Order: sequence, then C-alpha cells, then structure tokens
Amino acid sequence: MSPDSRGRMLLSALVALILTVLPLPPSLEVVRPGFLVLTVFYWSINAPRTGGITLGFFAGLALDVFQGPVLGQHALALALVSYLVMREHQRIRSKPAFQQAFMVFAALVIYEFVLFAIDGWTGHPLGSQLRWIHAATGALIWPLAAPILAYSAGRLT
Amino acid sequence: MAAFGTATTGRPLGRSGSPGFRFTLYALLAVIVMYLDQRQHYLEHVRYALQAAAYPIQLAVNSPPAAWRWLHESVATRESLQQENARLRAAQRDLELRAMRYEALARENGQLRGLREALPPVAERWLAAEIVSIQLNSLRQRLLLDRGAVNGVFKHQAVLDDKGLIGQTTHVGPWSAEVILITDPEHAVPVRIERTGLRTIAVGGGDTSSLALPYLPGNADIRSGDLLVTSGLGGVFPEGYPVARVTEVHRDAVQPLAQVRAVPLAHVETDTEVMLVWLRADQPAAAAAALNAAGELTGGNAALQPQPAPPKAAPAAPAAPAAPAAAAAAAAAPRPPAPVNETRP
Repeated sequence: MSPDSRGRMLLSALVALILTVLPLPPSLEVVRPGFLVLTVFYWSINAPRTGGITLGFFAGLALDVFQGPVLGQHALALALVSYLVMREHQRIRSKPAFQQAFMVFAALVIYEFVLFAIDGWTGHPLGSQLRWIHAATGALIWPLAAPILAYSAGRLT
Repeated sequence: MAAFGTATTGRPLGRSGSPGFRFTLYALLAVIVMYLDQRQHYLEHVRYALQAAAYPIQLAVNSPPAAWRWLHESVATRESLQQENARLRAAQRDLELRAMRYEALARENGQLRGLREALPPVAERWLAAEIVSIQLNSLRQRLLLDRGAVNGVFKHQAVLDDKGLIGQTTHVGPWSAEVILITDPEHAVPVRIERTGLRTIAVGGGDTSSLALPYLPGNADIRSGDLLVTSGLGGVFPEGYPVARVTEVHRDAVQPLAQVRAVPLAHVETDTEVMLVWLRADQPAAAAAALNAAGELTGGNAALQPQPAPPKAAPAAPAAPAAPAAAAAAAAAPRPPAPVNETRP
C-alpha cells in the first residue's frame, strides 16, 4: 500500500533471505524452516494489495542466485504459494495462529513439491526424504513467527 | 509504481490485473528463465551480474564466523604462536627436502622419456583464495571464494588444497566464484587407481566425507587403502593429483558392479584457504582444453595427452640433411643428439 509498508515488506524479506542462506551445520540444515516462505505467506494474507506475488517472484529469484540449481526455480514456487494463499487470504486471516499453522504446512509442502518436481525435470539430484522435514518445522514455528512478522509490519507494538 | 495497487482504486487487488493474471505472467517468466538457464546457457551474463549483486549479502552473512576467527587469531598466546612457528618451520624443511628429491626425479623422468630437460611443471600459476562461505547439505556442496573474474578466475577451473583436489568453479562473478566440491552429488571426477592404473569415475556422495565409485566391475583390482589420483581425462583437472583414499570395497556375487566408497583427502571443513590453478597447456600431464560452451568434452586432443615420445623431438631426426637456415639458428640451442626411439647401451 504505502511506500512505508512496501519498505517494511522488503526489509522483512531481506532478513528472511539472510536467515535462509546463513551457514548452519548439516544436522541443523535439514530442519531449517523456509523463512522466506513464511514471510511471503504472512504478507500475502495480511497485505494482499502490497504485491505478494511480485515479492514471491523476486525473493525466489534472489534465493535462486544463492542456492538454486537453476534460475527461476524458487521464484516459481514462491509465486505459486503467494497466489494460492492470496486467493484464500480472508479465510486464512480470520483463523487463530495454530490453525494457520496447518495452512502453512500445506503451503510449505506445495512449495517443496514444486522444487522437487523442477529438480526432477531438470535432472538435478533429488536428495533424500529429509528434504520434506522443514515443512513440519516451518508449521511448528509459525505461531512464533507470525507475531514477529506482525511486529515487523508495524501492526503490533 | 504501477505494479503495486493502491487502496483508492476500485479494483480489489491492485491495478495491474487480477492475481491470477499476475501469477500467470510470473509463472511464464519463471519457466522461460528456467529454460534459458538450464537448456541454452544464455544467462551467463545475467548470472555474472547477479553473482556480483549477491556478493555483499554473502559477505555480510558470513561476517560473524570471520570476525570470530579474526578475534581468535589476534588473541592467540605467544606460546601457541611459537609452537605453530616451530611446526611450520619443520614442515617447510620437510617440504624443501622433498622438493629436492622431486627435482631429481623430474630430471630422471625427462631423461627416460628422451628429453634433454625435465618437463615444465603442470601448474603455471597459483592463486590462494579465501573461503567466504561453505554450503554443505545433501543436495549441494559448494564453496564461495573471494576471487573472481578480476583475478582471472574462469569457469571450470581446478581448485586444490595442500592435501588434494577440492573441486572446480561453476559460477564466476567479478569478485567471487562458486566452487562445486567433488563430493557434491552432481559432480563426477575422472580418477585413476594409483596402484594399478585402472581408470574410473568418482561421483560425489552428498556429504563431505564420501565419494562413490559406481562403475567398477565386481572383479576389479581395488582394495581398501588404494589412492585415487586424477586421470587427466575430461579436460578440467590435471593428471596425477591426489583425490581420495578407498575405504570400503563391497563385492556381492549377485551384483555385476562392486560398491566402492572413498574418503576425499582434502579437508574442506577445516580449510580457510584454497588454491586456484592455471595449467600449462603444453605439459603432457595437463588436461585437454577441448571444452565447448556447454562444458562438455567434445573430443580429446591427442597432442595434450601423455605420450611415449616428446612431441618436439620427433622432427629432429630427419632434419639433418635439409634444413640450412633453421638448423643454423637452432644450433645455438641444445638439440636432441639422437632419435628418440634409440635404445641406450
């Protein structure tokens, strides 16, 4: 909406991107939640007019530069998540945080499935089944992440 | 910006069409970008620019470990520094002795091959590069180095540490380069078993301590403890550099192929610096530089592969009767005294 809101959105996406590419030991790497997906999820339900799909696309493109096997992979997955969430934003927004966590889980599974499918189509290694774990940790962390994101959006003081 | 909607417009979600339309647009764009990047390799320049743009963030993200290391080094005690100094001095003496032995062996090898002088070293130039970040998971095993195109780094350049092979560069930005490790599941390195000379391919196992050799038949002569060195095939790595040591050979009478695992000699987790290598193209042990734009080997270059006889000495034998000017000019330089195939008494 306002330039201020857009600035907050970009800032939270940048922080989420940094948390996503922060080096972690391999044991923690598999449980690292998709912070960027959570951020895009939050902005898509709470400020659907601010451009969640655009945010998803460009944040995903940035993530592709850091760790994508092919440019555009995360961009497509995040834009899709943002679009699906935005369509249902009024229904999701009215739910309490722990119920939203289930929808976050669904969004993360869809996100990981898009990555998985693109990995398969482009002939990159698919990795082990451990790649799906972060959907669960992302959903678990959502009740904690939602207030932080609300604070970063200036909705909570 | 027109792309973002405002609250005052009549439409529910933004000015530039419905979310469905916008999503279709972005999805199409993403698919086109993926196609161009994956199949056509058109996006090299875009990648170069994006790599440059991403470098400050990567530096910032990795500054806490770097700061910790700097702090750790600067408060090191006098004793520990003295100990390290003594250890390094001993290591240097050891290396100097080995270098002398190496010189003698290289000269002897040259004589055996019929050369007057030893072959030049494989590496023409070395550049130390600091590791900015390490990414180690089961899907991607990558390093980011603080050297890039401004330092002359190029794509598909060999990267080593003092113990063995580390990997090769995949994306090069102006100030940074991404290295794919030999343990990355997408990487394969042509190797030779040092003991037997058997050539095969070592594929990354997805964690820092394992390589797999999936293409060896069940009756291949390989055992635990064998050293794997680069074979020089494939056009990226020079011949003869140590890669890994075989730890596990599993033969199953039912399976046609042996299951072999090896541990890389390089210690990526503890390294802070690695070496980028520029190869001397005229060295027989150098890798053939016959790569096309897609990075695939289209054909080997026989002239750059190890040969029984040196390439320069061959025309010298019949040149004796008819080579007036050239022979006079070349007389100042030492020439091979005899044909190379001659058996020495």
